[in-house]
Amino acid sequence: MSFTIITYILAVVGLAASFAKDRKKTKMALKKSYKAFVNIFGDLALVLLLVGLLMTYISPDFIGRFIGEESGVWGIGLASIVGSITLIPGFVAFPLAASLLKQGAGLVPIATFVSTLMMVGVVTLPVEIKYFGRKQTFLRNGLSFIYAIIVALTMGVLLS
Amino acid sequence: MKYLKRYKWVILILLLDIIISIFSPSDGGLVFKNTVLNFRTMLAVIPPIFILLGLMDIWVPRETIVKYMGDKSGLLGILLGIFLGAAAAGPLYAAFPVAVMMIKKGAKYSNVITFLGAWSTLKVPMFLFEMSALGLDFAITRWLINIPGIILMGFLVDWMMSHGEKKVVLEAVQKNF
Repeated sequence: MSFTIITYILAVVGLAASFAKDRKKTKMALKKSYKAFVNIFGDLALVLLLVGLLMTYISPDFIGRFIGEESGVWGIGLASIVGSITLIPGFVAFPLAASLLKQGAGLVPIATFVSTLMMVGVVTLPVEIKYFGRKQTFLRNGLSFIYAIIVALTMGVLLS
Repeated sequence: MKYLKRYKWVILILLLDIIISIFSPSDGGLVFKNTVLNFRTMLAVIPPIFILLGLMDIWVPRETIVKYMGDKSGLLGILLGIFLGAAAAGPLYAAFPVAVMMIKKGAKYSNVITFLGAWSTLKVPMFLFEMSALGLDFAITRWLINIPGIILMGFLVDWMMSHGEKKVVLEAVQKNF
C-alpha cells in the first residue's frame, strides 16, 4: 500500500508544480487523464465484475484442493491453468502457496501457480486487447505462460 | 443507446449477479463483497496513475522518452523498463495505460514489453510479501530467473510483430490517450 501512497504524493506534487507553471496546460492534462479513464472504464469494470464472480466460486480453498494434490505433469498443467485464469491478490496467493507447500504439495506445481498467476492474465484480456490489440496481447500472454513453466521447472531443479 | 451498447457485458454480468443473489443470497452476498473489493482496489490505485500520465503527456517531450527508452537506448532502455516496472504498485491492468504512454512517446517496443513483464512479476512490494510467506530462497530464485525471461520476451514480441501490426497498436494508443 505504501507504494500506492508514493504515487499519490507524486501525483499531487506533479499537479501542484504543473499548476504553478501553467494553469491552462494543467487543465488540458487533467482533461486527458479523465478522458483516458472514461475510455477504459467499461472494459475495466467488466474485468472487475468477472473477477468478483470468479473469486466467489474459485476460492482459495478450492484452488488448494486442485493444485495441492496432483503432482507431475498433471499437477503442473492444472496449476498453470488455475494460475492463468484466476486473479487473486498477492496477499492471498502467497500464504495460500505457503500453506500448500507445508501440506506436502510439490514445489514445481506451486511455483507454476505463483508464476502464471502473476504473468498471465486471462480475465484481464479484454482490457489488454483494448489497449494493444489481439496479436500483442496473445503473444505476451502466450510467451509468459511458457516462460512461467520454465521458471517453475528451473526452481524445481535449483531448490530441491 | 450508445451507453447500452458500450456497457452491454457489464449489464449482463450485473444481471447474472442479481440472479445469483435471488437463488442463493449467501453466494450473492459474497459476489457483491468481492466485486466491491475489486472496485475499491481499482479506485485506490488508478487515479494517481492517470493524473501522472496526463501530466506526462503534456510536459515530458517525446525526445526525452526516445533518448532514454527509444530505439537507440540500448541497455539503458532495458534497465529502465525493468526498474520502472519493478518499482511499481498495483495490479497489471494499471500498467497498461503506462505502457501506452511509453509507446506514444516513442519508447522501443521491446522495452515496453519488458516493462510490462517487470510490472507483472518483479514488483518489489510483491517480492517482499512473497519473501515473508514463501522464504528468501523461493522469492529470490524466482525473481532472478524472471529477469532474463522478460528481457527475452521483449525482444521476441518485438520481433514477432510486423511493422503494420505495430502501426495498428500505435494508432489505437493515440486514440486511447
